[in-house]
Amino acid sequence: MSMAALRRLLLLAYTALVFAFIFAPIVSTIVFSFNADRFPSLPWGGFSLQWYEAIFADATIQRGLMNSLIVAGVTCVIATFLGFSAAYVDYRYRFLGKSIYLALAALPPTVPVVILGVALLTFEGRVGLSGTLQGIIVGHVVLSTPFAMALVRMRLADLDPDIERAAWNLGASPWATMFGVIVPFCTPAILAALFLTAAVSFDEFMIAWFVSGVNETLPVRVLAMLQGQVSPRINAIGAIVFGVSITLVVLAQLLLGRMSGRAARKKG
Amino acid sequence: MSEPLPTPDTGSAPLKGTSRRATEARFAVFWGAPPALWQAAFFLVPLGFLVAMTFWSVKNFRLTPDATLANWMFILNAGFFRNAYVYTFWLSALTAAIASVAAFPAAYTLAYKVSPAVRRFMIFMLVVPFFTSYPVRIYSTQIFFSPQGIINTVLVPLGLGPLHVLNTPTGTVVGYLVLTLPLVVLLQTFALANVPRILIEAAHNLGCGRLRTIWTVIIPSARIGLIVAGTFAFVLAFGDYVAPTYLGGSKPPTLSILIADQVKSGNNWPRASVVAVMMIVTLMVVMLVMIGFAYGRRKEKA
Repeated sequence: MSMAALRRLLLLAYTALVFAFIFAPIVSTIVFSFNADRFPSLPWGGFSLQWYEAIFADATIQRGLMNSLIVAGVTCVIATFLGFSAAYVDYRYRFLGKSIYLALAALPPTVPVVILGVALLTFEGRVGLSGTLQGIIVGHVVLSTPFAMALVRMRLADLDPDIERAAWNLGASPWATMFGVIVPFCTPAILAALFLTAAVSFDEFMIAWFVSGVNETLPVRVLAMLQGQVSPRINAIGAIVFGVSITLVVLAQLLLGRMSGRAARKKG
Repeated sequence: MSEPLPTPDTGSAPLKGTSRRATEARFAVFWGAPPALWQAAFFLVPLGFLVAMTFWSVKNFRLTPDATLANWMFILNAGFFRNAYVYTFWLSALTAAIASVAAFPAAYTLAYKVSPAVRRFMIFMLVVPFFTSYPVRIYSTQIFFSPQGIINTVLVPLGLGPLHVLNTPTGTVVGYLVLTLPLVVLLQTFALANVPRILIEAAHNLGCGRLRTIWTVIIPSARIGLIVAGTFAFVLAFGDYVAPTYLGGSKPPTLSILIADQVKSGNNWPRASVVAVMMIVTLMVVMLVMIGFAYGRRKEKA
């Protein structure tokens, strides 16, 4: 018995170590963003908001943040619409070449972003999109649509196909069924998809780095700052970026949690 | 482009047969076409364009459509490309192996040793890093390992340091692990949680020891998920640019660094495209081999 307890304790301690490795960079970014010392080291140099003041006074960072918010805002709407559409097509239809259709929709995240970045840069240079925010949005939609698709598809898996058929039998048009039955049923997944695709776009740096030109997004600005010397301002930006993304992911998770909780209650 | 499922006859439906069919078709195209068109235009076409560009040439600093194999010959024969290819492949494979081994006890704990509520919370925690700025996390890691950083301030007084991790291949691997470890723990936890409990209990009842149960029951049952987790780690590390640049110091360069350098400063897009196409081909081969490995062996046993 005590052997089992010891084994369990060792396993828990090891797991804590793995989580410490994963979360140390995130926690230290937040902690040192409030550190008065220039170089982030122990002992702690006292509480200070000077790095936050510094980044809010920096026009390039402000512009980067604005660009990131615009790109993420537009991306999440388009990607969620496309992801919802693809998920619904997968749910509702069977047709020749469907696996190719789904692969096309789902594959982009398996291609390294450095390659997507180069491919989009060379292509967008030809069609006059490179160096524009639209050019970044186009790439971010490609990358984040599969996430939206997966979330909505998971939700649709819980919807009995007979409900849609019942609506048609009662004379509802496909459009009325879509907006009266399918969309309301998928609302939590659609909202979760909006938040998650916004988070993907807000954090994406490689496609944005290749395509953006002078219209830097915030992560691209961070990448440029990394090339310079150690600066606690990166911690302050990092803390803000973490705050935004974690909020988005938590909101998405809460919606999904409520969704699965309701599904579990229905089944149970 | 797509055929709706046969719908039950609607008898007294307000729409007539033909107009109903037209509505159905318009409806299907409205939802079906946009994702396909978008991904074709901005994913497939750019990738195709990338492949086409490998045959183009650069004349007087200008890109010119061409049908030359010169870029392929140059890159495939270049020592710097071969070295970078072997180096990137090796470090990515090493990362996949280390991440798989390091993640396993943690995944085992999350799958079997904690309550479902704790497991759900930990899974949520593992999703978080995936959506938090990776360059910032690498920056933090860089600070940790720097000569005056936290790790050395602790190790040096103990006589264990200083550690030289920055600007070495070890630094690159540490960065790759920052990137891949959360995902590997996550996927392994799912894989292990899906192993039928009854198999494990049966093994225990038949007097099979814990380690032997892991080795002969759990790992073979969770095989597909474990291989998928390792493969994802390889794919992520193989394409990563940030860790080898900021923790590995770009020396020696990985393939993604070659691409970025050729595009950003060298301005030789056709050569960068050759490297990119080689990377895609490599990843496709690796994924196909690993999928075959995951599913093939299982069939043999059945």
